[in-house]
Amino acid sequence: MKKLLASPYFTSLVTVVLLFVMFGAGAAAYTGLGSLQVVLNLLIDNAFLLVIAIGMTFVILSGGIDLSVGSVLALTTMVSAWLLHAAHWPPALVIAFVLVMGALFGAAMGALIHYFKLQPFIVTLSGMFLARGLCYLISINSITIDDPFYVKMSQTRIDLFGAFVSPSVVIALVTLFVAIYMAHYTRFGRAVYAIGGNEQSALMMGLPVGRTKVLIYAFSGFCAALAGVLFSFYMLSGYGLHAQGTELDAIAAVVIGGTLLTGGYGYVAGTLSGVLILGLIQTLIAFDGTLSSWWTKIVIGALLFIFCLVQRLMAISAAGRAAKAPTALAAVAA
Amino acid sequence: MNAPFSPATAATAQASAPVAAARTGIATALLRHPLLRPLAALAILLLIDLVCIPGFFRLEIKDGHLYGSVIDIANRAAPLMLAALGMTLVIATRGIDISVGAVVAISGTVAAMLIGGTMVVNHGVPEYVSRIPMAWALAAAMGAALLCGAWNGLLVATLGLQPIIATLILMVAGRGLAQLLTDGQIVTVYYKPYFFIGSGYLFGLPFALYLVAAVFLVVAVMMRKTALGLFIQAVGINPVAARLAGLKTAALIFFVYVFCSACAGLAGLMISANIKSADANNAGLLLELDAILAVTLGGTSLAGGKFSLAGSVIGALIIQTLTYTIYSLGVPPEVNMVVKSVVVFLVCLSQSAEFKKVWQRMRARKS
Repeated sequence: MKKLLASPYFTSLVTVVLLFVMFGAGAAAYTGLGSLQVVLNLLIDNAFLLVIAIGMTFVILSGGIDLSVGSVLALTTMVSAWLLHAAHWPPALVIAFVLVMGALFGAAMGALIHYFKLQPFIVTLSGMFLARGLCYLISINSITIDDPFYVKMSQTRIDLFGAFVSPSVVIALVTLFVAIYMAHYTRFGRAVYAIGGNEQSALMMGLPVGRTKVLIYAFSGFCAALAGVLFSFYMLSGYGLHAQGTELDAIAAVVIGGTLLTGGYGYVAGTLSGVLILGLIQTLIAFDGTLSSWWTKIVIGALLFIFCLVQRLMAISAAGRAAKAPTALAAVAA
Repeated sequence: MNAPFSPATAATAQASAPVAAARTGIATALLRHPLLRPLAALAILLLIDLVCIPGFFRLEIKDGHLYGSVIDIANRAAPLMLAALGMTLVIATRGIDISVGAVVAISGTVAAMLIGGTMVVNHGVPEYVSRIPMAWALAAAMGAALLCGAWNGLLVATLGLQPIIATLILMVAGRGLAQLLTDGQIVTVYYKPYFFIGSGYLFGLPFALYLVAAVFLVVAVMMRKTALGLFIQAVGINPVAARLAGLKTAALIFFVYVFCSACAGLAGLMISANIKSADANNAGLLLELDAILAVTLGGTSLAGGKFSLAGSVIGALIIQTLTYTIYSLGVPPEVNMVVKSVVVFLVCLSQSAEFKKVWQRMRARKS
């Protein structure tokens, strides 16, 4: 038991157990919840959130934060809708363009953060304002997308054991596997963890800190743009008000998934369970019918609190084990 | 936090002309004053207004009240100034409080629900009746805000959570709680005395400005005349060193979060009194971001340490003037966000030491 508590994936494991317990309790309480389609719907409805949260995981693993992702998502839907509607670009070109745009947007923020030693919080905050503002420069109204390819992507159902998923789910899961590979089996991933652990040590070890940091934010911007593409499949419209507050959902999903906000510690796979828990809370509240929508916010807040508390207590006890001296504990408490 | 009079620059000036030396000394001191940049930004904005908006500085007295664009800007900036004052101290301790908007929603909702108010016609004279005495309602609303602050303070100071995530919890859950109180409805208030907080006038000036001035004076005196300001700065510069030097860092950090929420609570009362209702969903939306922006514009570094209360107030005025200017120039209001973000980028770059180095290198290459 002690070994399990001390293992690095303990909080991620707690999330998975919680996910199953919540789902089990929900299936017992509400008829119809315990079906495969409900589970797959969790993925269908949250595919874009999963993609955004994957990008956010890398940023948080490196000890940073990216508040611009929700706005970049909105900007992507807006630019795609406008390019399809007004400029009549072919869909493939539109998608390629917005993905590059998202990555460049992220890279620019990463460069500002690294080369001018600015705080990630304030840079991505103004990035958030910038991207939302750019949406409104294109149009303040919602633009419908009626391109046949987008409509097809939105309506296609891929059968799976008698239930179905949307193509977006496949894209999101592929992104997840690529991200897991990147985090754990590439030099880039190793550098991300090293920077999150201690940037100065990473620099002294000779890791390419600057390049990695710019790439991390570029990847987060890319993920936000990809999520924007999935979102425009889902909503079939571009709108400056799309996905407000998604950056907070993504951060919550990453934290609940067991990644430490201080950086250097966590798993990309944990983010999947974090996203699924957020989705499950909404599903449970929808199934109940008597609970109002604001309960979602309260429950997410409470979950965030519990997970932060658990992480904190674990960090304190780990420090206590590492050095039995009381001074170490006091240093952590400060 | 005035920049110290620099003896080095004074010494380089000609010793034979002490008057001139003193003058250049004052000039450099003024040039190095931390408030110079925010004040210059505000002055440039006002200059644009002076040129482009006819009658911008005109003041009129109507029914004993002072009216004019300048008064209007100051009045509308009041909640933001309050929130920025609270945020300044939090940022000075290396923290951040992103739950300000949620606290605004909570305090406004509590006050509006407790006051409620109905119009009763007595002998043909409409009278406004509040549900419970207004003082109690205001006390309860401020109490709720203080509780929020205590919660944030507890998480950051006692549990040692990261400030952004600790306050994220309240930011997410706070609006939910406010909606829970109102059952998702917008609560309308029908009670005249309450509106005074948001839109009343005292001696010709908006009452809200007096509230801001009072809070500013109290905090400024506390920071300048007691050691509190120094302690907060010490925590921001190096928390561990401050603790080892014998400061009660946890208590100080707890205090700044409670203070920040108290400011947000007061801002919430102002906002709900101004719009005569409480909207748990939209009241104070994104106010935390504007407050952080105001603090940054005012010259306080997000890395903690040195802070400037006056700078934050000026920062809030810059944001409101910018908004006003954009509206009056007939530019679509949506552009506001783009302009705001560009301003933040520029301000951040101007604060960055690395950027200065690059800039100097470029200038050296040119010459």
